[in-house]
Amino acid sequence: MLELNGIKKSFGPVEVLHGVDLTVRGGEVHALLGENGAGKSTLMKIVSGILQPTEGTIRVDGQERQFADYDEAIEAGIGIVFQEFSLIPYLNAVENMFLAREMKTRLGLLDTRAMRNRAQEILRRLDVSLPLDVPIGRLSVAEQQFVEIAKALSLEARILVLDEPTATLTPSEVEHLFKVMRELRKQGVAIVFISHHLEEIFEICDRITVLRDGNYVATCDVADTDTDRLVEMMVGRRIENSFPPKPAIAKSAPVVLDCEEVQLRKDGPLSSFQLRQGEILGFAGLVGSGRTETALAMLGAYPATRCKLRVNGTETRFRDPAEGLMQGIGLLPESRKEQGLITSFSILQNISINNYGKYRKGHWFIDLKAERAATQDAMKQVRVKAQGPDARLDTLSGGNQQKVVIARWLNHQTRVLIFDEPTRGIDVGAKAEIYALMREYTAQGHSIIMISSELPEVIGMSDRVCVFRSGGIVATVEGDHINSEEIMTHATTGRTRNVA
Amino acid sequence: MSHEATAGRGFDLRRMIHSPLALPLIGLIVVSVLMGFASDNFFSVSNIFNVLRQVSIIAILAVGMTFVILTGGIDLSVGAVMALAGTIAAGLMVNMGMPGWVGLLAGIGVGVVLGIFNGFLVAWGRMPAIIVTLATMGMARGLGLIYSGGYPISGIPSWISWFGVGRIGIVPVPVIAMVIIYALAWVLLQRTAFGRHVYAIGGNELAAKLSGVKTQRVKLAVYAISGLTAALAAIILTGRLMSGQPNAGVGFELDAIAAVVLGGTAIAGGRGLILGTLIGAILLGILNNGLNLMGINPYMQDVIKGLIILLAIYIGREWR
Ligand SMILES: Nc1ncnc2c1ncn2[C@@H]1O[C@H](COP(=O)(O)OP(=O)(O)OP(=O)(O)O)[C@@H](O)[C@H]1O
Ligand SMILES: [Mg+2]
Repeated sequence: MLELNGIKKSFGPVEVLHGVDLTVRGGEVHALLGENGAGKSTLMKIVSGILQPTEGTIRVDGQERQFADYDEAIEAGIGIVFQEFSLIPYLNAVENMFLAREMKTRLGLLDTRAMRNRAQEILRRLDVSLPLDVPIGRLSVAEQQFVEIAKALSLEARILVLDEPTATLTPSEVEHLFKVMRELRKQGVAIVFISHHLEEIFEICDRITVLRDGNYVATCDVADTDTDRLVEMMVGRRIENSFPPKPAIAKSAPVVLDCEEVQLRKDGPLSSFQLRQGEILGFAGLVGSGRTETALAMLGAYPATRCKLRVNGTETRFRDPAEGLMQGIGLLPESRKEQGLITSFSILQNISINNYGKYRKGHWFIDLKAERAATQDAMKQVRVKAQGPDARLDTLSGGNQQKVVIARWLNHQTRVLIFDEPTRGIDVGAKAEIYALMREYTAQGHSIIMISSELPEVIGMSDRVCVFRSGGIVATVEGDHINSEEIMTHATTGRTRNVA
Repeated sequence: MSHEATAGRGFDLRRMIHSPLALPLIGLIVVSVLMGFASDNFFSVSNIFNVLRQVSIIAILAVGMTFVILTGGIDLSVGAVMALAGTIAAGLMVNMGMPGWVGLLAGIGVGVVLGIFNGFLVAWGRMPAIIVTLATMGMARGLGLIYSGGYPISGIPSWISWFGVGRIGIVPVPVIAMVIIYALAWVLLQRTAFGRHVYAIGGNELAAKLSGVKTQRVKLAVYAISGLTAALAAIILTGRLMSGQPNAGVGFELDAIAAVVLGGTAIAGGRGLILGTLIGAILLGILNNGLNLMGINPYMQDVIKGLIILLAIYIGREWR
């Protein structure tokens, strides 16, 4: 159905795709795999006409096509859901789906009824129900994703590209998405699926194409391969066990951060937790269970009704994250694009943005040389793939942008880090390295609160886990109790039990 | 043109062309050459200093404006604040018999206080900058007229004229002041953490805040700087007019904004260079001067200037 041959793409003097082939058949889910910066998103932008290839051909149904822009690709039946969404938060689902393609009545007015009916029809086809009258910004990430898919389908897409759709979803939402994808596959739609979660590939995909550094490596059937072989194809080497061993943390280790009580909403549950020196405290729970809000509330970035905090024993109240930073507490927010990065800045400026105390000259001025040296080290540490420290953030691949935010904090002299979905969009190889760096950080006597929707990550990394449910902590588990059954039970049924 | 071919040379042509300063500079050169053809007098040393002296006030107002616009804000009050600062300075000297330097310091104080007022309402009051500074503009203008009864206040010590028309060697004092203020602004924006934070807020305020930048303080500071530069411009203006003029500087805020935007700064914030603003201000000044030298009627001049600004921004839009 879709056939790419020898696709090359250069940005200025730099070639990022060196002749890639890809064939996708109708009624299959085709995985596109590769490390961060391998060129997956770039290739998909070429397929959907957003970028033009420097060389190579695109065939749709055997016919050679050239797309000058996204609209022409849509005409040819191609739809894409971007790695970074493109919905308008103030508009509702129907308005978003028909944006710029509004249906009109004979008088030229908006035909809201027809659009609504069509939207409902498509959502029914996906077996999804969501509120149609609410601004999309208030829907969950998963719901927004379904709106994106519905939008592509409303344009009669027969080839659907999903660029890391599962990165922001919880396991049950992923299940739902897979159900939708199976339904579409049955209807003959060709789907290209990008993900860094290999287990998902095995669950949903039929065939796999692997890219490495902009080169085509291989295409194979899912049935003929396994995780180790895939990783080797992607990375070029084997990756050992990704989680570093957990150190023994004394029960008597001093409490560095004591959240005595926090209440997110009026009449909501009260919760409390303690963070000990040298530990990684996991925050698990479903999306919307209050993990992120609790973290933000501690730093004064979310208006909680109550929040009583002790830092190293002294009662403290932060009015904004800058005050938290002065006490050595840093936050890596969950959404890199909206909350983490300044995309018009270079890598260098993004890493040092909150850290000018580190490189000063004559008290007032920035020591540009020291700043550059430190940035280069930090980039190497997390292996940011880019042209150099001066590359602008918007020329980096999604995973590499995430690495920059991580590098910012590992380069900082904090004592407590709050990591909200730290490995979102990061490839398998780099993940292992980031886990090792997190342990290195705690080994220096610092502590981490890690909020994560990836259960294996929570289980593999946390010394203790606070499980959240509807706005509060329902259980804190440690030791052997850190396993998926127990965490999921608490997260979904919320039996209050404290294993301390 | 391959990368290696250019990187080896002493200067990197590709980088120069892609610098945000390239376009304003080209504009400046083109307009200067055109004016040179239109009037023999244009390239004389005395005319050049004359142009620079004339642009100095707008150029200094535009420094504060650049800081504010880089954070994604706007300051419509600078013209009125300048007039109020000059009027109060002159009033203190003439009506209260205070020494000249006290009056000037008080003028600077007026500018900074009004800037802090703006900044406080924008940063802590979370009010839109355009509304806050529009209100301040009206209030400052009104206060100046009330204080002076609507008439210029003259009779200030004669040495104050040095700020407006004095020279050091052959260089006019306002030009020297302008250069020093731009140099300081450059250091502040390019070499200090504060400067980076200004850009960061314009680039993504939420991300800056969550990463621990004191966004509210930085915003307060940029409006205070804008008030300060308005007051410094007021000193030069007072020296030039030898009086406090409550009606001075009407519409200067728009010229200052035009200078910033002509200089390549994004009106939405986050991107831009202070040197661009200087070029933009000089470009505007040359247009004024040249159109004057050509003897074009002042109403027509406004129309031509407006068209040229639109043209410049149109050409520049892809570049940014
Ligand atoms: N506009 C651009 N200018 C310059 N380089 C770019 C631009 N866009 C992408 N690149 C480079 O192209 C390469 C491939 O990026 P791409 O976004 O396709 O990676 P990816 O495989 O999707 O990675 P990820 O898994 O992190 O999303 C990267 O090295 C990136 O830095
Ligand atoms: Mg990508």
